[in-house]
Amino acid sequence: MYDIIIIGAGVTGCAVARYLSRYEGRMLVLEKAEDVCCGTSKANSAIVHAGFDAAHGSLMAKMNLEGNLMMPQLAKDLDFAFKMNGSLVVCMSEEDLPKLRALYENGVKNGVKELEIVDAKRLHELEPNVSKNAVAALWAPTGGIVCPFNLTIALAENAFDNGVEFQFNTEVTGFTWEDGYWTIHTNHGDFESRYVINAAGVYSDVLHNMVSTRKLHITPRRGDYCLLDKNTGSFVSHTIFQLPGKLGKGVLVSPTVHGNTIVGPTAIDIEDREGTNTTAEGLNDLIEKAGATVENLPIRQTITSFAGLRAHEDHHEFVIGEAEGAQQFIDCAGIESPGLTSSPAIGLHVSELMRNLMGLKEKEHFIATRRGVLDPKTLSKEDYQKLIREKPAYGQIICRCEQVTEGEILDAIHRPLGAKSLDGVKRRTRAGMGRCQAGFCSPRVMEILARELHVEQSEITKCGGASRLIVGTNKDKLGEVQDK
Amino acid sequence: MRYDIVIIGGGPAGLSAAIAAYDAGCRSILILERDVQLGGILNQCIHNGFGLHTFGEELTGPEYAARYITQALDRKIEYKLNTMVLSISEDKHITAVNREEGLIEIDARAIILTMGCRERSRGALNIPGYRPAGIYSAGTAQRLVNMEGFMPGRRVVILGSGDIGLIMARRMTLEGAKVLVVAELLPYSGGLKRNIVQCLNDFDIPLKLSHTVVNIEGKERVSGITIAEVGPDRKPIPGTEIHYDCDTLLLSCGLIPENELSRGMGVDISPVTNGPVVDESLQTSIPGVFAAGNVLHVHDLVDYVSEEAAAAGRAAVRYLSQGETAERHEIPVTFEGGIRYTVPASIDPKLVADDLVLRFRVGGVMKKRVVKLLLDGDAVLTRKRPVMAPGEMEELKLTKDMLDAHPSLTRIHITVEEA
Repeated sequence: MYDIIIIGAGVTGCAVARYLSRYEGRMLVLEKAEDVCCGTSKANSAIVHAGFDAAHGSLMAKMNLEGNLMMPQLAKDLDFAFKMNGSLVVCMSEEDLPKLRALYENGVKNGVKELEIVDAKRLHELEPNVSKNAVAALWAPTGGIVCPFNLTIALAENAFDNGVEFQFNTEVTGFTWEDGYWTIHTNHGDFESRYVINAAGVYSDVLHNMVSTRKLHITPRRGDYCLLDKNTGSFVSHTIFQLPGKLGKGVLVSPTVHGNTIVGPTAIDIEDREGTNTTAEGLNDLIEKAGATVENLPIRQTITSFAGLRAHEDHHEFVIGEAEGAQQFIDCAGIESPGLTSSPAIGLHVSELMRNLMGLKEKEHFIATRRGVLDPKTLSKEDYQKLIREKPAYGQIICRCEQVTEGEILDAIHRPLGAKSLDGVKRRTRAGMGRCQAGFCSPRVMEILARELHVEQSEITKCGGASRLIVGTNKDKLGEVQDK
Repeated sequence: MRYDIVIIGGGPAGLSAAIAAYDAGCRSILILERDVQLGGILNQCIHNGFGLHTFGEELTGPEYAARYITQALDRKIEYKLNTMVLSISEDKHITAVNREEGLIEIDARAIILTMGCRERSRGALNIPGYRPAGIYSAGTAQRLVNMEGFMPGRRVVILGSGDIGLIMARRMTLEGAKVLVVAELLPYSGGLKRNIVQCLNDFDIPLKLSHTVVNIEGKERVSGITIAEVGPDRKPIPGTEIHYDCDTLLLSCGLIPENELSRGMGVDISPVTNGPVVDESLQTSIPGVFAAGNVLHVHDLVDYVSEEAAAAGRAAVRYLSQGETAERHEIPVTFEGGIRYTVPASIDPKLVADDLVLRFRVGGVMKKRVVKLLLDGDAVLTRKRPVMAPGEMEELKLTKDMLDAHPSLTRIHITVEEA
């Protein structure tokens, strides 16, 4: 019997787990994928929103601002990449100025500090590549960018370090309420828990509707993105949003914490909760829209495109709290943008809710910090030299494009909740995330994974499940396939 | 550490440059190689067809590499394996790293850039669809099959008819996979004619020109690929879609010279070749920094890589003995008639030491053409070309005699005309 089971190891579930791990109790995170950060948390804009956008008075607005304020310290405590680069909402026509003004006022009411409306001259000083046709912008210096993978991984590792258990490849299929506790049915047997926290992302309505009398509806809203080569890194320094206007809801152009440029997202409502496929229309639409606010967007420098799904709840509001008609079942549903920004606040908020509900006691020895995968590029030459002498694997570059060493990959595999797949290594170290997109390093990372996990290389997957990278050995099926 | 010449990359270009520099008298040479062995990508090219021009016989890639490795070892040229160059400064200070020595700092008097190229990835092509396992660049698949003995898939669609894609169509077939189709966006193949014949036609693998991939299916592993015909604007034509049940997509959609180090040190890069802009000595915009092979421009045959790199090796030695030339009179090589670029991009006739090979590619397939090399308007060289294609590199030899006959030369021009 667990005290609390959290369903979903995305950024929301991991944040809830991390803040709950400050308290005594037996806790478990169930995740249907093979790793943390496999859904919406891995495919989004990676923005820490300042908080001017969400409607004043909403829970979304409150969580956004709180999350934004928590992020700098959390980044230090948990050692993930974060940068307060500031954001600009660019207004392209005089007639849209009242909307810009309204956004500013909403932000001020939400409590966002340092907001300012800047004229075209100041805007172009701040950001020379913004379209010459831009007339003004809302400048939010407290906007930021974050590594969404390492934010999620850091929260999970820290929760794990504080005793939270994780179970992967486990998909929830149903619930039974009996004698004051929940039995959670999964593809890997049943789990019992006094409380359930639903952080299942685009599936959070499905789980909620299994138990609650008041139904939720979530629409997977697909966002297509293009990620550009690091050689475009200085194209923009702020996150450039488009003011929703005549062109409809716009797309952003932003630097990433790793020095790439990200362009996106589209907003396409779909049915399929696994529909993370990009489409030609989506990508074309994206490229056209992004070109409207910046000059000479180097879109030909795209190194990859991808799509993520926002868990859009019908009322565009976070649904956090006990589900109606289902006691001890706590929703964290409808966590769409600004969900990444809000995650620490949601984690804190839900953990306090649980403390009150359950009378949780604080741990005596909570570990508040976590160290990430050591990146030798951050070391001085002397320290790097010393590290290689002690651990020669740090002298072996495996991923050429991102200059990732074998030492980092070994760390990613052997740390708590370590990487088990190519994508797991990629999210933790950036091996394969560069301009050749793993062309050179994937065979070598596969080899290292097989060696370290003591499995055959043919067992290594891209991202768990049936995503095997190798199907056999040379000539093992000679004749069979061709004769078919 | 100090060396007269440091060569970045121990593939065919680096090896040939090192050997030529040694033979020209230099004894302080270091090759830095990031892989576990010398020879570069040739080691995974186990098919034959290498060396016809250089050795007059057909060798496999590893055999061709071995001939150069042997020559380098015979000369006791120094090299470091598993060594990644992290950065090079404009004043030729190199920072590299390996397991044994850690960070290595090297000062070079001259540098030859021979880092080769990489393959264009799925992301760079912006192919829509899911991102499952089973999508490989042809070269990655080649490494898995030829060097590690692993099959990346059973039923294969190949996008792009570059030479590696064609070679891999045959290889995958020989290893027991079914190659369903090779789709090529352009109305012509980017590969060599002999590869179309020997790798596709001989195995009844269809080549669909003016086709591209419009969807990738499969959430975890590729389960299907849809291709469609494209119009003259290279956009898919609705209604022409063909679906293939398959588990693998191989991409052979072009090679990109790997010039991150060159850019980092401030070398001027041509937007056409994605390689350094070089003069008659294969010298980049930084004096004493030379480039050769696929890092300079993508070649079709390795024999030409070796030849070009040897010239760079000799030029580096000349630079060491003569120093920087203060007075330079570079004449830009101009061209018309469908030529995309030339290497070198400019020539100072006074600095041409040997006969000079001018290499170029054209932008489209052209039939019955005449190529002319004009010095101040005089056609010093005329060659009939029944067919010219972007997949095949063209070359013209500009001899010392031709230059000597034009002492006050101001214009070097190449034309491609209808015969």
